Amino acid sequence: MADPTLFDISQRGKRCTRMPAPEKGAEELIPAQHLRAQAPGLPEVSEPEIARHYATLAAQNFNVDGHFYPLGSCTMKYNPKVNEALAADPGWARLHPATPEEHVQGALRLMHQLEAWLCAILGMDAVSLQPPAGAAGEFTSLRVFRAWHDSQGNTQRTRVIVPDTAHGTNPASVARCGWTVTVLESGDDGRVSPEALADALDDDVAALMLTNPNTLGLFEAQVLQIAEMVHDAGALMYCDGANMNALLGHGRPGEMGFDAVQVNLHKTFSTPHGGGGPGSGPIGVTAELEPFLPVPRLVEQDGRLAWDWDRPESIGKVQSWFGNFLVAVRAWAYIRACGADGLAQVARDAVLAANYIRASLEDVYDLPYPGACMHECVLSARTIAEETGVRAADIAKRLLDHGIHPPTMYFPLIVDEALMIEPAETETKAALDRFIEVMREIAREAAADPEILHDAPHSTPVRRVDEVKAARNPILRWQGR
Amino acid sequence: MPWLPHTERDRREMLEALGVDSVDELFAEIPEKLRESARPDLPPPLTEMELLDHAGALAAQNRTLDELTCFAGGGIYDHFIPAIVHSVTSRPEFVTPYTPYQAEASQGTLQAMFEYQTMICELTAMPIANASLYDGATALGEAVLLAANSTRRSRALVSAALSPAARRATRTYCEATGLEVVEIPWDDESGQTDLGELAKMLDDEVACVALQQPNYFGVLEEVAEAGEQAHEAGALFVAMVEPISLALLTPPGEYGADLVVGEGQPLGLLPGYGGPLLGIFACRDEFLRRMPGRVVGRTVDAAGEEAYCLTLQTREQHIRRGRATSNICTNEGLCALAAAVYMAALGPEGLREVALLGAERAHDLREKLVAAGLEPRFAGPYVNEFVLRVAGDAEALVRELAGAGYLVGPTLARDYEELDDCLLLAATERRTVEEIDGLVAAMRS
Amino acid sequence: MEFPEDRRYTETHEWAKVEDDLVRVGITSFAAEQLGDVIYLDLPEAGTSVRQGEPFGEIESVKAVSDLISPVSGEVREVNEPLMDDLDTVSEDPWEAGWMIVVAPDDPSQLEALMDAASYAEHCEEEA
Repeated sequence: MADPTLFDISQRGKRCTRMPAPEKGAEELIPAQHLRAQAPGLPEVSEPEIARHYATLAAQNFNVDGHFYPLGSCTMKYNPKVNEALAADPGWARLHPATPEEHVQGALRLMHQLEAWLCAILGMDAVSLQPPAGAAGEFTSLRVFRAWHDSQGNTQRTRVIVPDTAHGTNPASVARCGWTVTVLESGDDGRVSPEALADALDDDVAALMLTNPNTLGLFEAQVLQIAEMVHDAGALMYCDGANMNALLGHGRPGEMGFDAVQVNLHKTFSTPHGGGGPGSGPIGVTAELEPFLPVPRLVEQDGRLAWDWDRPESIGKVQSWFGNFLVAVRAWAYIRACGADGLAQVARDAVLAANYIRASLEDVYDLPYPGACMHECVLSARTIAEETGVRAADIAKRLLDHGIHPPTMYFPLIVDEALMIEPAETETKAALDRFIEVMREIAREAAADPEILHDAPHSTPVRRVDEVKAARNPILRWQGR
Repeated sequence: MPWLPHTERDRREMLEALGVDSVDELFAEIPEKLRESARPDLPPPLTEMELLDHAGALAAQNRTLDELTCFAGGGIYDHFIPAIVHSVTSRPEFVTPYTPYQAEASQGTLQAMFEYQTMICELTAMPIANASLYDGATALGEAVLLAANSTRRSRALVSAALSPAARRATRTYCEATGLEVVEIPWDDESGQTDLGELAKMLDDEVACVALQQPNYFGVLEEVAEAGEQAHEAGALFVAMVEPISLALLTPPGEYGADLVVGEGQPLGLLPGYGGPLLGIFACRDEFLRRMPGRVVGRTVDAAGEEAYCLTLQTREQHIRRGRATSNICTNEGLCALAAAVYMAALGPEGLREVALLGAERAHDLREKLVAAGLEPRFAGPYVNEFVLRVAGDAEALVRELAGAGYLVGPTLARDYEELDDCLLLAATERRTVEEIDGLVAAMRS
Repeated sequence: MEFPEDRRYTETHEWAKVEDDLVRVGITSFAAEQLGDVIYLDLPEAGTSVRQGEPFGEIESVKAVSDLISPVSGEVREVNEPLMDDLDTVSEDPWEAGWMIVVAPDDPSQLEALMDAASYAEHCEEEA
């Protein structure tokens, strides 16, 4: 069961951090009409209690250090410790963003290098580090597309084609740009069918958003032809680069014909997910789109770096300052430590691990799209569900009893009972073998003792959580003792 | 590459299990010409030791807030951060997990976010808060979009005395959807938003009125009156707040705010050259199902025991796709955790002391500057930040003072032509009387 | 699959039952089963105009959110208010107690364009 909250253990008068005593009262400094009558009801606790509280909570989290975490499309690779050490260094962490440029040349150089390296990795001409997450990168790119179309007088282009396998953020980002979504049904091979695309393309189409490799873990092998079709129709090509881990050193979105791409530093470039952020979603664009990128842009003149705000065609800002800089520091360190060969090996090991899992499980789980995959494989529990009543969610919850974080479930939407498995490159073969053995055992359990799966998990701090009750009667804050 | 655990033998065994001769075969779907040119031109790899030395040399080209005495503000403040904050937020159990979709595997993060939401509710006196957005600027953009969707009106009135970055982000967010963002002028003497002008701008197409408290100039606004005006016109009132000041100031829930946003950096986050930050978002119950971002709810497990989970997920993209209330997915979870630990460490009394000390230091600084013949630009009441008019080029002065070891600013010329001889000054609890005297002396010369 | 013969059906799984001059509207057992546990229901107020083929409300389960599509144009006369607080009824008794609105139709002949029970059963077989 849940532990007491800080509010439950709060006792009046307890303190952790003390401050020197102020000399004046608030009423001497601030007009009385602006002062609050009652102090905010924050917890009053001592430092040991805070430490114990969070140690107790921490022990209840599955995490990448402690557990295999093959969550599909999330690239839960190991987060190198040196990155954390660097990001905590006051030389980066204690910089105020209003500091005159001549005193932050190191930070600007780091950002400038990261921009250049991402350009090289993605095959794009310019990069903006400002979008603070992947979805923000999608929105920023589409906003840039819209500004470009406007500059060309293409105001009738208001439709964006999005395949049915796309991440939910894709259509949501389209809507954020004031555009509408046309869903493209995947072909029988799980990829975009050029014929279906041809039918969907028209002179009101602004862009195609394509995830490559897609969320079935399949490379869109026709991407060059697709790009040509889209460009011939006067529209732009957007790459959702969430799955870039599969392509490092093996394929560059710029050369595939994409006009813009976002990368998730918190996926491909090893920065931690933080239990839901902070992430960072830099975008790369072609030279033609560069003038529309967010302000300010980093520019170099006579060896000095500076922020350029004079960008009349820019779409404006998508974050308060220059993006999630301390996340960029971690990604910079990762790329610098890996080098080109290291990054290529990352992709090779990630793809090898996903295929090893696929090949080792396809006899007990359905593989709706047969053949080799890239960085992730999508299995289905459809047959198991039909034969035993055990569903993907039950399998996922049972994995927790074995100390393994479940794969992504019920996504992509076109696969029934989907289990989307992305092992990443940082798990040992022994860990992969154990996962395979556990998955096979669960399949056996489904036939022999389905109840144990319906009731799973059995060994976690709480049993299966009632999400229906939570949504019907939302309790979103502590409500008193 | 220390992070790749496979031996060549491991790789060979896996390939054998696949019945494939080489990993290259697994990449065969990528057209050969794409593969051939895909190797990026990057500098050679460094060992951990080399990397730390290399990064250290680069960082040495920066002057940090340990080297520059910080009187700068503009949304990022140099507050003291208790050691317990980093101790908690550097735990791998909090650092390395994904968004807590699997509730049974994530009770720690979920409960911590539930507590964070409660603390924001307490601070703002609002009934609901989410588990964070990217930063204050984009939080304002989200709030304005929510207001427009909810009122089905097409114009937002945003004070020109509100953070320029937040106004820029809001325009970037809103204008693509056909929503017009119009700025309310400020009063030249007080530095407050001109509520007389606001009255003239209100009509039945206005979705919301947004003010910042204290505003970008550090000046306290007549928020209650602005809120009343907005409501009379059928518009929502959006308040952008500074969280530390809420230990002293009337919370937005008590002056009629419908939606509350803010930049959470002052709550225990390192300045980090402007990111990652923390977008605070709170609202009235009525907007529960329109709220952007994640929210944690308390429920029970199969055994009937208390438990937590992400809830109201039908607002989100993975279900609603193009009709989601927002496209935000990954937010700033670890930053929200830092803020929660910070607020717990300070408690109501500590937070009040932090706010009061900052106000005291800022008032001391302003009085001493006036005594030295310098001129504050605005007469309105303030807490810990104000605008100073300087003789000549403000930008040059900032650079000169940085040379003397003081960080001031930002300057205002980029966003306010008429304030090209002005800059912001802020003080926090960290500033000492000696430092204040030092800055005044440096400015006098 | 079998469905009641006394009403007409939409492709989006609403049923419409003529009761004198009025039309009672709800969702089918097939739809309720697909949705699973309902967590939120948004229905219009009495007096609202609805149009055939356009949303009159929204229904959410943990995994999905769907528009409720009106089978007929007209004015909402009655709303099943208690249903919004007793969401299990939507899936437990979709044909009777789980009704959602009653509409005074502008043109009752609009219902003729909808499916009968047999065609609706075929439609569901296809979707399943």
